[in-house]
Amino acid sequence: MVEDYSQVIDQIVEQSGKDRSRLMDIVRAVHAKLGYLPEEAIGCIQQALGMHRVEVRDMTSFYSFLSQAPKGKTVVRLCDAVVERMKGADEVAKAFEEAVGVPFGSTSEDGSISLDYTACIGLSDQAPGALIGSVPVTHIKPSDVPRIVEALRGGAEASSLPQAVVDVNLRQPGPVVFAPMERGAAIRKAVNMAPAGVIGEINKARVRGRGGAGFPTAMKWDFCRKAEGNAHYVVCNADEGEPGTFKDRVILTEQPDLVFEGMTVAGFAIGAEEGLLYLRGEYEYLLPHLEQVLAKRRSLGMLGQNVCGREGFRFDIRIQMGAGAYICGEESALIESLEGKRGAPRDRPPFPVQKGYKNEPTSVNNVETLCAAARIIEKGAEWFSAMGTKDSTGTKLLSISGDCPHPGVYEVEYGITVDKILEMVGAADAQAVQMGGPSGQCLAPKDFGRGISFEDLSTGGSIIVFGPDRDVLDCMCQFVEFFIEESCGWCAPCRVGTTLLAKMMRKVLDGKGTKADLDALRKLGTTVKTMSRCGLGQTAANPILTTLQNFSSLYDARIKSDEFIPSFDLSKALQLGAEITGRTAELEEHHV
Amino acid sequence: MSEDTITILIDGKAIQAEPGQTIMQAADAAGLYIPRLCGHKDLPPGGHCRVCTVKVNGRPASACTFPAVEGQVIESDTDEINTLRRTVIEMLFVEGNHTCPACEASGNCELQALGYRLGLVATELPYLNVPREMDASHKDVYIDRGRCVLCGRCVRASKLVDGKTVFGFAGRGIGKRVAVDAEHALSETAMSATDKAASICPTGCLVVKGKGWATPVGKRDYDTMPIGSDIEQQAAG
Ligand SMILES: Cc1cc2nc3c(=O)[nH]c(=O)nc-3n(C[C@H](O)[C@H](O)[C@H](O)COP(=O)(O)O)c2cc1C
Ligand code: SF4
Ligand code: SF4
Ligand code: SF4
Ligand code: FES
Repeated sequence: MVEDYSQVIDQIVEQSGKDRSRLMDIVRAVHAKLGYLPEEAIGCIQQALGMHRVEVRDMTSFYSFLSQAPKGKTVVRLCDAVVERMKGADEVAKAFEEAVGVPFGSTSEDGSISLDYTACIGLSDQAPGALIGSVPVTHIKPSDVPRIVEALRGGAEASSLPQAVVDVNLRQPGPVVFAPMERGAAIRKAVNMAPAGVIGEINKARVRGRGGAGFPTAMKWDFCRKAEGNAHYVVCNADEGEPGTFKDRVILTEQPDLVFEGMTVAGFAIGAEEGLLYLRGEYEYLLPHLEQVLAKRRSLGMLGQNVCGREGFRFDIRIQMGAGAYICGEESALIESLEGKRGAPRDRPPFPVQKGYKNEPTSVNNVETLCAAARIIEKGAEWFSAMGTKDSTGTKLLSISGDCPHPGVYEVEYGITVDKILEMVGAADAQAVQMGGPSGQCLAPKDFGRGISFEDLSTGGSIIVFGPDRDVLDCMCQFVEFFIEESCGWCAPCRVGTTLLAKMMRKVLDGKGTKADLDALRKLGTTVKTMSRCGLGQTAANPILTTLQNFSSLYDARIKSDEFIPSFDLSKALQLGAEITGRTAELEEHHV
Repeated sequence: MSEDTITILIDGKAIQAEPGQTIMQAADAAGLYIPRLCGHKDLPPGGHCRVCTVKVNGRPASACTFPAVEGQVIESDTDEINTLRRTVIEMLFVEGNHTCPACEASGNCELQALGYRLGLVATELPYLNVPREMDASHKDVYIDRGRCVLCGRCVRASKLVDGKTVFGFAGRGIGKRVAVDAEHALSETAMSATDKAASICPTGCLVVKGKGWATPVGKRDYDTMPIGSDIEQQAAG
């Protein structure tokens, strides 16, 4: 057995050029062959690469798509994110458990099917959804499940299922990202300008990063260009993992050329020869098409040597697959993952523009930002900055989902108000709006007159609508539970704090909370926010902190009294003992 | 003092730093103690515990990793920051399984000592008691992961000082663990009791066997003076 695959593994490692930094590709290939990563396989990889076993495990044990234990022939990953559960994922889960005969987190006895939960897979607009293998299935109804399971057991390919359809769901295309484009137009303009001229034009357009932080793109490129290094790199961040976001999915489906165009322009501007697109593991199904587009561009001379005829401008793009980790969207964690390591963020400074991929100057940009950059070069800064507001120029893609009849992607000008958005998606009666996903803020109707922009309501694009009957606080608790799953665990405040926040929040939701518990939540939330090492921990308490502020009446309604109620349940703790001794563990109600 | 010496302000006190120094190194040299758990003078910083968080020009940053830059205004020993630090220490207490009176490290333990120094009298956060494996397979060294604060000192020391890479991490989030370079357990690794990694654990997690009670309780490092006193006295003296 070991000999069988040691050869296979040696071959895979050999193909990678015995390059440790390609550990992700090596491990993914081995995983694809064996279905999991047994200790023997780790041993073979370790030896072939000259690494320590613990170093290989350090990486493989980090990613949720890499299994250490044997899996079924088909792995069903049902998305249990908040929007999915709003749309009935729990009932679908029950149907799967019944049809397969085992609970989630396990494999059927015949070894045919494994059931797992997974975080947001970028399909909230067509929830409930799942990945079967790497194939997305959408709009699953509980009544579909027996037939799906039967087909999979019968050896059918997941792609042959009637539910294996992804709607584009582009509800409102706009002029920047989704207008028709001519391949190469932006690059040809760029290479006729000097790199500084390209950056100057981007600067004039005042475009800011669309990935969340809103850093001025021209400044980032300029820092990167001026930083000394043996090589410079452009990285396109396509890790899109914020629950409720799916706009990058739509861009990568509809406008991949524009993305690669933007990466190439960025490469020219900062002096890079290599671009890397980091694609989240959940989007593996987009990979074949993206590779095709890259091949096409190479054949047209838009990648490779002398790009678009510009003597000496060499640039190519490689796609790096991820393996299931939200934190890899954070730019320094993304770089670690690109280097074949666990996705743990780095301490800054140094910033990626100084020391990024392979410790060389690197510009990490969001998919949408790169599209905007390409358009600015193609159509000019003036055209671009005429849209939007003074400090937020251009358009923004919104991924809207939740309690609304028209979920999907909308390209809107910055400045649009929440009210207007709700009208657009047919949800004027919304009780609350989650702006920017779990890491953003939960808005009450009093804020619906405010506008989307960097100076007011900043968002990476995720907008989740909560209707009048929705239990908003329960959704907030689920958001925090998402952060528990996705915390990288590097630093104490986030690793421990997220778990504590959810535990204390549950106590309140279970009707066992007091005023003191709310104060404790506030204190703990502030500690996690202030003391955590990266953006994940720094925003993980937002669901609780922003609702404590905007929805205090919802909390008050959950609180029983001002008395102290212990989180420790004595009767429950005594239960096992009581069962063994055959006595009852009913304690007298006592009052403090 | 070289020409490009940097001046920074910590809690209103101007101190000198050399270029390339972190805020913590500069503070240490000036006899100002900034609490720390994962940081260790013989190792590069890890940035794990965040107990060393200070405010640099109003923004939180870890002193063990953040470079000293001319003109920084730093807050460290304030009520606000010490309260935040205390809560982080409290989190580490409730994360693991810490029953000090039964622990060999009591009195020498930096987690315990930080609790005292920062005024942590009792824990209010609910206990998590995350279940974690113990490894007593090695003849000279054991790991009681219930007391691990995931400071990464053993990982860095084994790799960078001992050149062995006996330790690493496994898993993520609250499931993160210290792992060993073996299929099963520590006894299969190159670990030796004389390794730097064997004596660098701030808590009672990674312990050399048979030495625990050599110094009686009451006469241990932090029984007589609070953690950080050495740094404060060094400069005073
Ligand atoms: C936890 C976390 C997750 C993130 N996820 C993403 C992501 O999926 N896509 C993205 O572009 N930026 C993400 N970011 C922001 C990146 O760190 C980075 O700021 C961004 O990619 C820069 O690109 P931009 O300047 O074009 O916005 C994330 C940040 C954090 C802290
Ligand atoms: S804040 Fe969370 S995700 Fe970020 S480094 Fe700390 S543990 Fe990792
Ligand atoms: S490791 Fe430290 S804090 Fe934990 S039980 Fe031992 S002495 Fe107490
Ligand atoms: S075993 Fe000790 S030194 Fe190693 S990470 Fe845990 S607490 Fe730190
Ligand atoms: S000592 Fe700085 S983070 Fe631990």
